[in-house]
Amino acid sequence: MSLRLDRVGRTVAGEIWLEDVSLQLAPGSLNVLLGPTLSGKTSLMRLMAGLDRPTRGKVLLDDQDIHEIPLQRRSVAMVYQQFINYPSFTVFDNIASPLRRQGLGRAEVDRRVRETAAMLHIDGLLDRLPAELSGGQQQRCAIARALVKQARLLLLDEPLVNLDYKLREELREELQSLFAARDAIVVYATTEPAEALIMGGDVVVLSEGRMLQHGRTIDVYRHPASAEVARNFSDPPMNMIDGRVDDGVAVLGAAIHVPLTHHLRGLPPGRYQFGVRAGHLSIERRTGHDVAVPGEVELAEISGSETFVHVHHSGVSWVVQQAGVHTYALGEPVRIHIDPARLYAFGEDGALRAAPERSG
Amino acid sequence: MRARPATVGLILYLLLLLLPIYWMVNMSLRTNADILTSFQLVPTDPTFANYLKIFTDASWYSGYVNSIIYVTMNTVISLTVALPAAYAFSRYRFLGDKHLFFWLLTNRMAPPAVFLLPFFQLYQTIGLIDTHIAVALAHCLFNVPLAVWVLEGFMSGVPREIDETAYLDGYSFPRFFFTVFMPLIKTGIGVTAFFCFMFSWVELLMARTLTTTNAKPIAAVMTRTVSATGLDWGLLAAAGVLTIVPGALVIWFVRNYMAKGFALGRV
Repeated sequence: MSLRLDRVGRTVAGEIWLEDVSLQLAPGSLNVLLGPTLSGKTSLMRLMAGLDRPTRGKVLLDDQDIHEIPLQRRSVAMVYQQFINYPSFTVFDNIASPLRRQGLGRAEVDRRVRETAAMLHIDGLLDRLPAELSGGQQQRCAIARALVKQARLLLLDEPLVNLDYKLREELREELQSLFAARDAIVVYATTEPAEALIMGGDVVVLSEGRMLQHGRTIDVYRHPASAEVARNFSDPPMNMIDGRVDDGVAVLGAAIHVPLTHHLRGLPPGRYQFGVRAGHLSIERRTGHDVAVPGEVELAEISGSETFVHVHHSGVSWVVQQAGVHTYALGEPVRIHIDPARLYAFGEDGALRAAPERSG
Repeated sequence: MRARPATVGLILYLLLLLLPIYWMVNMSLRTNADILTSFQLVPTDPTFANYLKIFTDASWYSGYVNSIIYVTMNTVISLTVALPAAYAFSRYRFLGDKHLFFWLLTNRMAPPAVFLLPFFQLYQTIGLIDTHIAVALAHCLFNVPLAVWVLEGFMSGVPREIDETAYLDGYSFPRFFFTVFMPLIKTGIGVTAFFCFMFSWVELLMARTLTTTNAKPIAAVMTRTVSATGLDWGLLAAAGVLTIVPGALVIWFVRNYMAKGFALGRV
């Protein structure tokens, strides 16, 4: 079974929610929809499930328009961001409901429910009501109900976003192995670039209702097709600075001179947008090729065991990601070090012109 | 234990509230002669003769039976009609949905007396006068809009995603509605049923006008006690006490949901 979206668009009350999305998803593939809030991830998923009708274009499941198949007989399962379970049913009945509707025998239903519940570690909670579960357990129940159906199209709309950090990591790992073991088309929406990278598979980068890029997740990360993809597929967003190439030297901003080495060699003269990920900037000098840029600290945010230092340099704000917890005084002068081997170059139209050969 | 002023105040307030009801109970346990001749805080010679008369005289107890029949009919009709309507209002967007929803409620804003004449005329034409269904249908005028309004509030509190999940799980609409959805709004259904019951039970004007003998409600029967020999105080009081009982029973069952019901499910 394959899912094909043919120039799909959706306009609601004159507002464009999705525009001209064409996709072909193969069985056994894991597809991550990546984009910020309001980028159209949920809208796209609802179109894939056939819950909403596209204003333009078609959604084809095995070359059949999805709306020709009644909702009840579509081989589609969906997990929402909110924990959606039947509140008046026990966990067992929740998981069993799609099987019972398929008319399976009692023994078969019982076996498959217990098997799926065990996979998601909720086999001890089968007699409880969803309201008696923790958030993580409720979402496990919802995922179990989606998995047990063995639908050929499995849609998960930011399933882990309402869970706490620890639980999210744990459940994400389990999901990865569950997805790998089945032959369904899995579509997984997330707002977090890091999560997309961990999930792997293919990625569809969305922004403001448009599909920006579709490809292997790691390839898209390493070779974002445009500055917009690069910004969206980096957390914090990729640092961007206007610049130009003249006489074998790249000039970033007003006066940062970067030699054209490695992948940048051979860039024709002209105006460019240069980008570098926060993780590839550093306060300390790392290699002999580093270009130092003086600046002042605007803000230092500590996130987990990392520090994001916002540095101001002649009208441009840079974000530097540093391992470890560091404290900086406001206005403290620092030097940012740019490794030219890590620079992305985008043309004036935003298209990628040069990407680092290796980008970890 | 020292009584706090607030407690004392509340007790006084409660006594004041209950005084008329107590007085009715008091009168219902005495004979007419007794009521008219002496003032007694507690009946010295209590008698159940008044109650006995109501429970044995068909013209009396049939009043209660009639009331209960048309109130039950009305509650069932109102819920049956309002459940799908409320679901539509809560789940679908259609042309003029908001206007229609508001228009429904405006039906409650006009005094029922306005509708009395057309109802009387129409029912007479099709021979519905003096039937239980006539009163039950007439009371739908104000109960259906209220039921739709209350149920819509409760239904909108149920995430739409539950509906979608159920359909994708393979539930047909009726099966989903009865086995998944209705249990989720059972509080709302209970509260709505209570409101329908209450408004239909206390409504007198239409119930009296649209009936003559066979479906006469208890409130209308009570006016019978006025005769040439004067008022039958004791009997009237006993009938009054019995009229309070069904309402009190229903309130007892739904007391925990009342606040949510009065907020129309929007809490």
